[in-house]
Amino acid sequence: MDPFLVLVISTAVKIFIFTFVLTLPIIAYSTYAERRVSSIIQDRVGPNRVGIPLTLFGFKKDIPLSGLLQPLADGLKNLLKEDLVPDHVRKFFFTIAPALTAVPAFLTLCVIPFGSQITVFGENIKLVIADIDAGPLFVFAIASLSVYGITFAGWASNNKYSFLGGVRSCAQMISYEIALGLSVIPVLMVFGQLNLSDIVQHQADNGWLLLPLWGEGLTTERILLLIPLFISFVVFTTSIFAETNRMPFDLPECETELVGGYHTEYSSMKFALFFLGEYAAMIVGSALIVTLFFGGWSVGFGLDTAISEMTYGGLIHLGAFLAKVIGFVIFFIWVRWTVPRFRYDQLMKLGWVVFFELALVNIFLTAGIMMLVN
Amino acid sequence: MPSPLFYIFAAIMLIGGTMVVFMRNPVSSALSMVLSFLGLAALFVGLDAYLIGILQILVYAGAIMVLFIFIIMLLDLKAEENTSFRPAALAAGIVIPLMLVFQLTGVINNQDNLHDIPALELEQAAANFDKDTMIHKRLKDGRLPDTHLLGKKLYTDYNFPLQMVAVLLLVATIGCVSLSRKNSK
Repeated sequence: MDPFLVLVISTAVKIFIFTFVLTLPIIAYSTYAERRVSSIIQDRVGPNRVGIPLTLFGFKKDIPLSGLLQPLADGLKNLLKEDLVPDHVRKFFFTIAPALTAVPAFLTLCVIPFGSQITVFGENIKLVIADIDAGPLFVFAIASLSVYGITFAGWASNNKYSFLGGVRSCAQMISYEIALGLSVIPVLMVFGQLNLSDIVQHQADNGWLLLPLWGEGLTTERILLLIPLFISFVVFTTSIFAETNRMPFDLPECETELVGGYHTEYSSMKFALFFLGEYAAMIVGSALIVTLFFGGWSVGFGLDTAISEMTYGGLIHLGAFLAKVIGFVIFFIWVRWTVPRFRYDQLMKLGWVVFFELALVNIFLTAGIMMLVN
Repeated sequence: MPSPLFYIFAAIMLIGGTMVVFMRNPVSSALSMVLSFLGLAALFVGLDAYLIGILQILVYAGAIMVLFIFIIMLLDLKAEENTSFRPAALAAGIVIPLMLVFQLTGVINNQDNLHDIPALELEQAAANFDKDTMIHKRLKDGRLPDTHLLGKKLYTDYNFPLQMVAVLLLVATIGCVSLSRKNSK
């Protein structure tokens, strides 16, 4: 077959599957997981009723799937609700803001390697939409655009609470972008490249970055490097929390001070789009943490070469990747319902005074260790 | 880059650039500028310069324009009342771009002589670099390691200018902080 045609068709199929078949259901079910996990933590029941409503069609009983169809019901509700646009808003920016939050989050999916590769009709297909040589930078660049959505939402709403939320999110995201970018530099120094597929392949051969237990990973250098890499991991993960506006850093929508923050004036699907964007960003953040620090699609324990040689071994890798990402999503949810919200000045102090310096010193520490051992 | 894509992104860039001038609302102008930067970044990516394209988004669209919009919003600038252009501004707006166009044509005309240099395949270019480096491996695979090449150039051939720029930026930062401190007292 014509290689160009293969490229176009496989890319279209990959975009469809990775975005609409894998990520959207994970987003929908992470809202469900959020409510169920929070109810477990707070000793409540949570949404456990919505199932298949057979009584609507004249049957005696519904099938309650322990509330598993709740996300579908929520989505339907948001689509059918009246879309209220207040008179005092700036219409154009008010309408475009929810899309500006959701679109960048989904765009960043395209450089995340979901699995190794599979063979379909004799063609080797890599399970990543765009295999570019600047993966992490691409994610940071596109994710930095999502600040426009929240800022415009706050500004266009023409409402003091929304405006404060928008300004807060703008300042917060710019501050933590610096710590995020600096904390990833030691990781890139160890890998020596920016291609996410190759980074994962490297980890499959030499042990995961934070678990160098197999392959050629057990050198003194790698053991010593665990110290700066762990610092990197902590700074990176915390900055992702701040970038995605999740608790304990959800100051832009802090209910106790700002009613609903930047989305106070929004209703129906526009409101839901903000949440879609937030959860999509959370999933991309988890995927990035997994890819950089925990071996991405790699199963580990030296099994990856054997799995890669199987025809559909890529699907096993895909499963391993999704399992790790879901684990991190649950970690995000767990933190949200465990840690109380920071005060705004504490948040800024943590970003500029602690994390910025820590990440900067960490780069020198990594460089020092690499220089001394070699 | 296939030419339809080039024309689409060039059109996006030019439309964004014109809208910066013709929009009355400062926030709309700033957003148009972001649009223009995105088109420009796509053009860089089309030239295989992934790093430059991504830095264009990361630095200009993602950081500098956010600060612009932040300030416009905080100052709550209203849309401009006066719709007519002043003649002096209009003249400057025509003369300066014309000068730039002349300069551009000059540069492009000079480039014609460069066709005599033999085109080098990526695999052949690999011989110019050390065997153990990532640049060598990438070129052998037929991929252009633009980030590595740029980094090597910057940190070896242009190391001194790079350090000078770093010191200048540091001085500017410290100056900013000390100036704003004085005013607040």
